[in-house]
Amino acid sequence: MFQKYVFPRNVSAAVHLLNEHRGNARIMAGGTDLILDLQNGKYSTDCIVDITRIEELKQISEENGNIVIGAAVTHNQATKSFLVQQNAAALAQASAAVGSQQIRNISTIVGNVVSAQPAADSAVALFALDAQVRVVSADGLTVMPIENLYAGIGKSTIDSTLSLVTAVLIKKVEPGEGSAFVRLEQRKALTLPMLNTAVKISVKDQRIKEARIVMAPVGIGPVRATESEAFLKDKMPSEEVLQEAGRLAAENANPRDSLVRGSRNYRLAVLPVLVRRALEQAINNAEGGGF
Amino acid sequence: MSYLQLKCIVNGDLVELDIEPSELLIDVLRDRLNLTGVKKGCKKGECGACTIIMNGDAVNSCLVPAARAQGAVIETIEGISKTGRLHPLQQCFIENGAIQCGYCTPGMIMSAKALLDKNPHPTKQEIREALAGNLCRCTGYVKIEKAVEQAAKIIFEITEGRGTSK
Repeated sequence: MFQKYVFPRNVSAAVHLLNEHRGNARIMAGGTDLILDLQNGKYSTDCIVDITRIEELKQISEENGNIVIGAAVTHNQATKSFLVQQNAAALAQASAAVGSQQIRNISTIVGNVVSAQPAADSAVALFALDAQVRVVSADGLTVMPIENLYAGIGKSTIDSTLSLVTAVLIKKVEPGEGSAFVRLEQRKALTLPMLNTAVKISVKDQRIKEARIVMAPVGIGPVRATESEAFLKDKMPSEEVLQEAGRLAAENANPRDSLVRGSRNYRLAVLPVLVRRALEQAINNAEGGGF
Repeated sequence: MSYLQLKCIVNGDLVELDIEPSELLIDVLRDRLNLTGVKKGCKKGECGACTIIMNGDAVNSCLVPAARAQGAVIETIEGISKTGRLHPLQQCFIENGAIQCGYCTPGMIMSAKALLDKNPHPTKQEIREALAGNLCRCTGYVKIEKAVEQAAKIIFEITEGRGTSK
């Protein structure tokens, strides 16, 4: 598969290694997808640049009103983190839904995003949370919205032979804000989501100021329910309003018939319920002061 | 090809050996160290038969590059009853009929041990979550869950010095 395996000490050493190998070296974080992709021949490389021993990438920290989740932070680390639970309930819930205990002990949140699967649980949550990512290459550091990372199903705009995502940034929760993640699945573990949805909501004086609703897999990458978001603005979150928001969300969804994930018709029928539940939970989360 | 010098602790013993950069941990454990209790099932992280404990966490050894074990402390099923007496988890799996064909058992026990090492009094839900990444085609899981609950009690009695400490 590959002839070299290296652990750079810091981010600049990782970028240097990528440059040195001119496209023949590839970044690996957890590797739970990449190891299989290398075995299947989706990718091939001469040199693996393993970033899991770079100290700064293993941290979850606070920085200028953001929480910063390094590229080597595992799903289990995020699920158990006080900072994540407090500021990004949707991400804590989504991270707990990935794979199994053994997978979550290795797989990373950033890896989940860079793998660019259309319904990657933590990516769906990060879309709703309006996350930004830091990307480092030989050209330096750029910060971009997470939306910019999806180039197609299973395709990221990040070329891991040239650059790496070093962290995701999520704004710290303000009073009245909350988030939630809801998933429809065949079993409670080790199963792809049939549907998943994440919501971030901001409530003031009992009215919804803003809602971000994200659904997957109902298109290429996570999809925003823009109609529903516009409808919710300045509404009181009554049962009827949330139900209507769910119905409208399905208008932005275009699921396929899938043997693994269920039929298009079934998933279109269930999606409004999931969106309504996610909204209810996010509102509860907001009222609980971020918990 | 540049070989890597792997140095790690496996079941309490220091291990030093040259590995190829692309070798997986499961192959090093099975084929180089003869620890064949580490079972190779699906080879893609779905069945859990290859579960080992690395630095305190349960992981699928089929998804871990061997190079990543550099400096790590690794436990496999072979290491948990070194005194020649069965580990309480092993004993309870036998007593509860939690083993039938036995293929999933080493992985099940290592997942359960990783749980009990950190959480000596798990709830049923916590046991289920910890074992959700281990498939068993024979037992139906109920007996496995009971075995882990019983083992938790025994381990607690032993470590607290109460009851019938052996």
